[in-house]
Amino acid sequence: MERVFGRPKGLTELPFHYCPGCTHGVIHRLIGEVLEELDIIEETIGVAPVGCAGFSLDFFSCDFVGAAHGRAQAVATGIKRAMPDKMVFTYQGDGDIAAIGTAHAIHAAARGEKITAIMVNNAVFGMTGGQMAPTTLSGQVTTTSPYGRDCDIFGAPIDFPKTIATLNGAVYVAAVSVDSPKNIVQAKKAIKKAFQVQQKGLGFALVSVLSTCPTNWGLSPADSIKWLQDNMIPIYQMGELKATEEVKAL
Amino acid sequence: MSKVLMKGNEAIAEAAIRSDCRLFFGYPITPSTEIVEYLSKHLPKAGGTVLQGEDEVASINMCYGAATTGARVMTASSSPGFSLKQEGMSYLAAAELPVVVVNINRTGPGLGGLGPAQSDYFQSTKGGGHGDYRLIVLAPSKGQEMYDFTMQAFDLADKYRNPVLILADGFLGQMMEPVELKERPPAELPKKDWAVGGCRGRAKRKIASYALTNEVGEAHCKHWEAKYADIRDKEQYWENFYTDDAEYLLVGYGTCGRIAKSVVLNARRQGIKLGLIRPISLWPFPEKAFADVKNKVKGIVTVEMNAGQMIEDVKLAVECRVPVHLCHRQGGMLPSETEILNFTAQAFNLALPEEV
Amino acid sequence: MAKVIVLSEYCKSCGLCVNICPKKVLAIGDKPNAKGYYAAVVTDESKCIGCALCGTVCPDLALEVYKKRS
Repeated sequence: MERVFGRPKGLTELPFHYCPGCTHGVIHRLIGEVLEELDIIEETIGVAPVGCAGFSLDFFSCDFVGAAHGRAQAVATGIKRAMPDKMVFTYQGDGDIAAIGTAHAIHAAARGEKITAIMVNNAVFGMTGGQMAPTTLSGQVTTTSPYGRDCDIFGAPIDFPKTIATLNGAVYVAAVSVDSPKNIVQAKKAIKKAFQVQQKGLGFALVSVLSTCPTNWGLSPADSIKWLQDNMIPIYQMGELKATEEVKAL
Repeated sequence: MSKVLMKGNEAIAEAAIRSDCRLFFGYPITPSTEIVEYLSKHLPKAGGTVLQGEDEVASINMCYGAATTGARVMTASSSPGFSLKQEGMSYLAAAELPVVVVNINRTGPGLGGLGPAQSDYFQSTKGGGHGDYRLIVLAPSKGQEMYDFTMQAFDLADKYRNPVLILADGFLGQMMEPVELKERPPAELPKKDWAVGGCRGRAKRKIASYALTNEVGEAHCKHWEAKYADIRDKEQYWENFYTDDAEYLLVGYGTCGRIAKSVVLNARRQGIKLGLIRPISLWPFPEKAFADVKNKVKGIVTVEMNAGQMIEDVKLAVECRVPVHLCHRQGGMLPSETEILNFTAQAFNLALPEEV
Repeated sequence: MAKVIVLSEYCKSCGLCVNICPKKVLAIGDKPNAKGYYAAVVTDESKCIGCALCGTVCPDLALEVYKKRS
């Protein structure tokens, strides 16, 4: 018998430190598989955020740089401008890219920086114990919205990939989820395309991935999947939000 | 070699190009803007890239990214912009990344004014950002030094894997002076075998500054502490001006150091044995310059464009054994030779035979 | 012919693989691993069809799937 499923070369052997059922691990695997399949592990520099994935530096087989909170897009810009022929990607939580890092993400996209941005949206600031984030859902209870997010006071959750899609420099923007095997397959296709966009030097690519946070949502891993399906997917525009003609031709 | 008449800011920019810096990330802010403008024009001609970041925070983080690849990179700003960069400075020091940063000090606090000031001395030498880190800080006092110290800054940054700050002021940045455009001096620099760039043919590398356990944290801190002790020992720079037989000393850096030279000459003409110690490295502060001073000199006056910042380091350097007074102007005003000499005479009860 | 192997030291007992397996091959075991998690176990290897849905949803690379190439 031959192995048809296992650890991709894009990941090291280290066990992940994420909580049981946290889908960071699934997304890591998809990226690891894409890096291996595109044969770009040795050409790639990843930029890690501040957040639960701040330790992802150790989980991927490629060179990795840790950035200050929110600054990954600026750090990635610096790396790519210094080494334009290398592959550069950022892996950021929704807090990192869509709260403190918003300006840098918008401008990296506006400039059409030839980098690949992976956004992991779990509707909270996970690492610090589950505070409200700009992506927290209406009515969602977090440690800083203990009565449920009141949109009159705090505004409605931001649809970040939709925002980025409005910028000319962003040539590929996809909103995906890793809640089910079918969606995981779609997510991988989007991630692969986002790296291929960079291989061809077409412009800025963002894949926003809906992800679970069982610990801070106070739900079991299985219930977290259900919560994501019932509450997050319905409110966001999903699928390929933007793909220029050149990207479509890939 | 012929000299070129150029603004101090332009001299910094030209020195960066000739130091083989090919990346500049910046944001315009008066009175530093000529640096990004000059480089926008000339760096692409040399095959380099100038990217105007969306803000100062982006710019310093772009420098961080570029530096991880081992490339020489620079940014320039002025006081409020330098404030924005403080998180970045702390991260640069922690990740041990060589970057040259320029602060053309303008008046503060707050939005302040565009005039020259030395009010960022504390921010530059005592921290600014969080944590126990140091910047190597060089203070030019004329156009040629704006050029020379920039070249030296790149070498120091590479030598110690640390950010280096050029601290000047709006007066120096705007003033046009003849500058000799020297070649990059030969230097033995360590290999950048820590840089990222794709792990082909080698193990993967990571650059970060977190510590997962307190034990690791302490080990990191001790490493940095040892590095800074080494720099403190080896990289103190200053200029002695008429100090051999001096009974009284002025201490001033940058523009104030320059004005103080005229004061020394005037004083000597009037029979006062005045000298000047002009710090060139603000960190490490040139304590060695004061080694003999505390036993020889009767009094010191620091000349500063702030409310009294460098004076603290001078008092420490002489172990408070010599009276140290502050002669200062603020808000963009420059101290004149006359007022400095009068202040000194008054401070130490010295007779001034001539009407100054 | 197919089989699934649980790399128990990576398993965090999240149960997602147990839920997704169409043949109910996997279950939460009764032995804690070194980290104290009750790792998943293969209950009946003969039922495995090598679909790898378990691996697809596993967040910890704790599963390997093998299949005989026909």
